[in-house]
Amino acid sequence: MWMAGSIGFAAPGLLLGLIALPILWLILRAVPPAPIRRRFPGVALLLGLSDDEQQADKTPWWLLLLRMLAVAAAIVGFAGPVLNPDAERSGDGPLLVLVDGTWADARDWPRRVDRLEGLLAEASRAGRPVAMVSLTDLPGGDLPFQAADTWLRSLPSLEPQAWEPDPDRLTAWADSLTGDFETFWMSDGLARDSRSDLLEVLAARGPVTAFESPRPVLALRPAQFEDGEVRLTALRAAPGEALDVPVLAWGLDPLGIERQLATATISFDSGATEAEVALSLPPELRNRVTRFELEGQRSAGAVTLTDDSLKRREVALISGRDDREGLRLLSPVHYLEQALEPTADLIDGTLEDVLLANPDVIILADIARLTALEAEGVQDWAEAGGLLVRFAGPRLAASDVSRDVEDPLMPVRLRAGGRSVGGAMSWGEPKALRPFADTSPFFGLSIPEDVTVTAQVMAQPDPALAERSIATLADGTPLVTRKPLGDGQVVLFHVTANAEWSSLPLSGLFVQMLERLAISTRPAIAEAAELEGTVWQPEDVLDGFGRVREAGQLGGVPGERLAEGLPGADMPPGLYAGEDRRIAVNVIGAETALAPVSWPASVTVEGIAVINETDLKPILLAAALMMLFLDALLSLALAGRLRGPRQGIAAILALALLIPQGAEAQTEDDFAITATSDVVLAHVVTGDPTIDQLAADGLFGLSARLYQRTAIEPSDPMAVDLETDELSFFPFLYWPVTADQPTPSAEAYAKLNRYLRTGGMILFDTRDADLGGFGAATPNGRKLQSLAAALDVPPLEPIPADHVLTRTFYLLQDFPGRHASRDIWVEAAPPDAEQVEGMPFRNLNDNVTPVVIGGNDWAAAWAMDQRGGAMFPVGRGFAGERQRELAYRFGINLIMHVLTGNYKSDQVHVPALLDRLGQ
Amino acid sequence: MTEAADLRHGAETLAGPLPPLLAEAEHLAATVLLGDHGRRRAGLGDEFWQYRPATSTDEARTIDWRRSARSDAHFVREKEWQAAQSVQIWVDDSASLRFTGDKNRPTKGERARLLALAAAVLLIRGGERVGLYDEALRPARGELQLLRLAEVLSRPDGSADYGAPEARGMLPHSRALFVSDFLGDIAAVETQLTKAADRGVRGALLMVLDPQEEDFPFDGRTIFESMSGTLRHETLKAGELRARYLDRLAERKDRLERLSRVTGWQLSTHHTDAAPLPALLWLYSALERRR
Repeated sequence: MWMAGSIGFAAPGLLLGLIALPILWLILRAVPPAPIRRRFPGVALLLGLSDDEQQADKTPWWLLLLRMLAVAAAIVGFAGPVLNPDAERSGDGPLLVLVDGTWADARDWPRRVDRLEGLLAEASRAGRPVAMVSLTDLPGGDLPFQAADTWLRSLPSLEPQAWEPDPDRLTAWADSLTGDFETFWMSDGLARDSRSDLLEVLAARGPVTAFESPRPVLALRPAQFEDGEVRLTALRAAPGEALDVPVLAWGLDPLGIERQLATATISFDSGATEAEVALSLPPELRNRVTRFELEGQRSAGAVTLTDDSLKRREVALISGRDDREGLRLLSPVHYLEQALEPTADLIDGTLEDVLLANPDVIILADIARLTALEAEGVQDWAEAGGLLVRFAGPRLAASDVSRDVEDPLMPVRLRAGGRSVGGAMSWGEPKALRPFADTSPFFGLSIPEDVTVTAQVMAQPDPALAERSIATLADGTPLVTRKPLGDGQVVLFHVTANAEWSSLPLSGLFVQMLERLAISTRPAIAEAAELEGTVWQPEDVLDGFGRVREAGQLGGVPGERLAEGLPGADMPPGLYAGEDRRIAVNVIGAETALAPVSWPASVTVEGIAVINETDLKPILLAAALMMLFLDALLSLALAGRLRGPRQGIAAILALALLIPQGAEAQTEDDFAITATSDVVLAHVVTGDPTIDQLAADGLFGLSARLYQRTAIEPSDPMAVDLETDELSFFPFLYWPVTADQPTPSAEAYAKLNRYLRTGGMILFDTRDADLGGFGAATPNGRKLQSLAAALDVPPLEPIPADHVLTRTFYLLQDFPGRHASRDIWVEAAPPDAEQVEGMPFRNLNDNVTPVVIGGNDWAAAWAMDQRGGAMFPVGRGFAGERQRELAYRFGINLIMHVLTGNYKSDQVHVPALLDRLGQ
Repeated sequence: MTEAADLRHGAETLAGPLPPLLAEAEHLAATVLLGDHGRRRAGLGDEFWQYRPATSTDEARTIDWRRSARSDAHFVREKEWQAAQSVQIWVDDSASLRFTGDKNRPTKGERARLLALAAAVLLIRGGERVGLYDEALRPARGELQLLRLAEVLSRPDGSADYGAPEARGMLPHSRALFVSDFLGDIAAVETQLTKAADRGVRGALLMVLDPQEEDFPFDGRTIFESMSGTLRHETLKAGELRARYLDRLAERKDRLERLSRVTGWQLSTHHTDAAPLPALLWLYSALERRR
C-alpha cells in the first residue's frame, strides 16, 4: 500500500493513467459530436443554405472538464484509495487481551468492543494465538489461547459486569500464569490495589500495552435522607472542568408505570471530584422513588437503588374526642407524635379521610367504637396490608368492644373494666415488664428498670392468647397482643399511649418497640449482627449497564454476605428482600471514592479511539458515474437531441432521476367534514365491488325515500373502510356479509366495539334469505358468525311482535327486502319485561338495539339509480312492488329507530300519564 | 377495403355536423346537368320560387291559373334556378406527406386525405359531382362515387419525393381543390394554376404542414434527408439555420398566396396538430364563395 497523507492506495500504478488526461483533452476537443440523421420533408427548403462557419461545433470547455473529472475519478477510484488505512501492529507470539469488564467499562462499551475487534482482527491477520480474559469473569486453569477468529466470534457475548474484580481471586489467578506473552489491557480507568500487583506479573511475562478511554467515569453514591431532604453525591475519577450532570429519580406512578419522578442537576466544580445535590421531595413522591441515576451514563455505577431507608412510613394518628383543651401532655397521642415525628410522616384527620390516603399505619389511641362504615373501611385496608395499632384507655376499658365475641379489629377479647395495680386504692406494686420471648418481634430489646404499668385492660383467657401476646408483664398478663388480619395485622397495646397508665411511653423502649413494629422507619444500614442467619432474596438486579432487571431464579444471599456490602459475582447489586424489609446493594457504597489509574512509564497507554478505514473506491466510482450521466444529458442537450422527437422521454428521465416523489395530500379531514355536515348513512366496504356498489345504491335509495317522506334529510351515503375510517360519525352502518370478505383487524374490532357501545347500530345482511334458519347453514351465515365472534353483541332474540321497530314510523309486522324471510334478530328484551294489563306493548329495552341481523338483501330492494328508478326486480307484479314498499318502510323505521331511540316506546305510557294528570 | 372504409367513416363523422355544402357555379352555361341546386333567383328548376304578375311577353301556358283565379291579375309561377357543380380534387400522394413529427400526430398525408374526402362527402351530400384529377374518376354524384373516392384515396402513396398537381382532365369552369404540403417544385403548381385560371377553374389550395416544419426545432450537427432519402443536407449547427429556413418557408407561402390571388383561388394552411374541423369549415366557405 502506498500512502499519500491519510489516504492509501491499493493499486497506485493505476494513478499513472492520470498522465493520459491532457491527451484525452486534446482528442475530445478535436472530435466534433456525431451528426443526427433526421427525415425531414422541409429539406427541400434547406437546399443551398450553408453554415456560417465551417468550424465543427466545438465541445465547450466545461463539458470537457466534466468529462476529465469523471475519467480522473474513475482512475483514482480503481487505484483503490483507502482513507485512514489501518496501520499494521508489529509483534508476534501469543497475545493476552485483558478486559477489566467492570461497570466503569460500560460507559463506552461499544467503542471498546470495536477496539477489541480491531485488535483481534489484527492478531488474526498476524496468525497470533490470543487469550481474552475478563477480570470480573476469570477463567479457571491455564490461559485459554485460541485462534483470534474464535474470540472474534464470541466477542458479542462479552459484557461488562456490575461489580469489580475480586482481589483475592485476581492474585491467585496472576500467580498461576505461565509462559511469555504480550498483553493488551483494556482498562476501565479506575485505580485499584489489585491492579498494580497484576501489572507487575504481566510485565514480567512480556510487554504490556494499556488502552484507556478519555471519557470521564461518573458514579453516584447511595441516596441519604437528612433533614427532610434526599442528598445525592456524585463522584468522578479524574478532576476536570466544571461539569453539570442531570440526575433522575425513577419510580412507579400511581398507575404502576415506571416514569421519571423528579430531576435535579449535580454540578461538579472545576477540579472537584465530588458534587452534591439536595432534593426536596414530597413524602408521597419520595416513597415512590425506586432508583436515582445520572442521565446519559450507561453504567451500573451511575445508578443507585433505594430501599426502605429512604421510605418514610405514613402514620395516621386518630385519637378520641378531646374533652379537655390545652393539656398537651395528657393528650393521648402526644408521646406517639414525639416518638414518630423524626422518622415517619404523620397524617391527621378523620378516619374516613385518612383511609383515602392509604397510610402504612393507623394508630387508634383509646378509640372504642367505630361506625360500621369505618370498621369496614379499616378492615379492608388492614386486610390489604395495613398495620392497625390500637392503644387502650378509659374509653376502651369502659366499652364492651370485643367482650363476648372477638372484634375483627381487636387481637383478643377483653374483660370488662380492666385493672389497676399499685395505685392508691389497690394492693400490689406497679408491674414491670417480663423479658421478651424469642418469638416476639421485640426480642433482644433491653428493658429499662423504670418502666412500670399501673393500669391495663385485661385479655380474656383464650387458647390463642399466648400465641398472640408479644409482650407481657411480669405476672404474665399480656401488654401487647397481635393478630394477623389478611395481609396486614392488628396490634393492641393494653395501656394508654400517654403516661397515665404506664411509664412506657416515657422510655426509649417505646420508640424501639414502635420501630420493631415497623411503625417508624429504621436506620439505613443494617448491622451485621442483625443480619446474621438471615437469607435475602434478590428482587431486582442491576446489570453492568445500569439496567434494572428482575432477579428471576437467582439464589438467596446470606445476611452476613449482605452485611459486607461489596457486590460481586455471588451478590450482584440489586434490591434484596428479607422478611419484612428490603435492602439495596449498590455498586458504589457510601464511602467509595474513585481515582484514575496511574500507569508506570514502562506501559504504553493508547487511546481507545478507532479511526475506521474508509474505502473511497465506491464513492469515487459513484461520483464518476454521476458525472458521466450528467455529461450524457448535457451532450444530448448540446447536440440538439433533447429537442425534437423523443425530447419528452429524456426530460422525464432526467426529472425522474432528479426530483423525489411528492407525498399525497391528506384527505382524512375531507372525509370527516363530509360525514359530519349532514346525516349520512354508511355501508361497510366488503372488498367485493359489486356488493359495495349495491350497498351504496341501496342506501342512496333509502336516503331518497327518507328525504321524501320524513324529516330526516340524509346526504349521499358513504363507504366506510373499517381499518382506516373513523366510525363515530355515522349513526348507522349497513354491513352486507359476503363469504369471502376479509376479517377486520384487532384495531378495527376495537373501533367497532367502541362504536356499538356508544350507540351505533349495524345492520348485518347475509343476503341469503336466511335459507337454513338462523345459523351457520349458508356460507354467509358462517361468515357472519366468525365476523361477529369478536364483537360486543348483547344476547339476541327474533324480533318480537311488540318491538319498537314495528312502529317507529310505519306500523309493520314484516320486514322484507328482496327476500321476504321473517327472521330478524335484535337485542333481546330484558327477562323481566312483562306486559302490563291494558297496554298494547311491553315496556321494552331502554335503548337502541346495537345490531339488527337478517338475510333479506334489503340493499337490493332499496337500490335506486340516479333517476329514481328501481334497479333490481322484487317479486312479481303488484305484490312485488308492495314488497319493495314494505322494504322501504322497514328502512325508514330502522333509521327512525336509530335516530330517535325508544321514543315510540315511551308513547306507551301516554294513557297512564294522561290518567295521572286527571284529564 | 377496410382502410377505405375507415377513411370514409372518419370523413363522414367529420362531415356529419355540417349543413350540406352548396358550391357556387359561376358559369351556368358550363353545367351539363341541372342539379337540385337553388340559385336564389328565378330560373329552371323543380322548386317553387315566387309568383310574379304576368307581363305581355309571357306565354299563356306559363300563367298559373290557380293563383290568378284568386285575384283579378294574372300571375306566373316561377321556379328556383337550380344547377349542379363539378368539383375535382387533387390530393398529393408523394412521400413527403408521409412525414409526421410525433407518433401521436397523423401524418400529413392522412390528414390531407381525410379533409379531402370530408369535403367530398359534403359536396356529394349537397348534390355536387365530385371527381379526382389523376385517376380516371370523372366527377359524378351519389354514394357510389363516395365509395370510389374513398378507395382511390386510401391506396398506397406514390413514390415521388414531392408531388405536383396533374390537372389533365380539368373540366372548364368547374371547381378544384388541391391538397398538398406544397414544399416541392413551386413551378409545377404555378403552371397548373395558370392553366386552371385559363379554363375558368376556381378552387382552393390547402397547405397541410406538420408543426415541426413550421418551427424547425432542431439543434446541433444534423443530416436532413427527404422522406425517400434522395435529398440530403448536412449542417453543423442546425439551430443557426432556423431563421433562414423560416424565411424560406414564409417566402414559399407568400408566393402561393400571390399566385392564388392572381388566379382567383383561395389558400389556407392547416397544421396536423390542429383539429381538422376548422380546416373543413374553411374549405366549405372557400368552395361556396361566389363571385
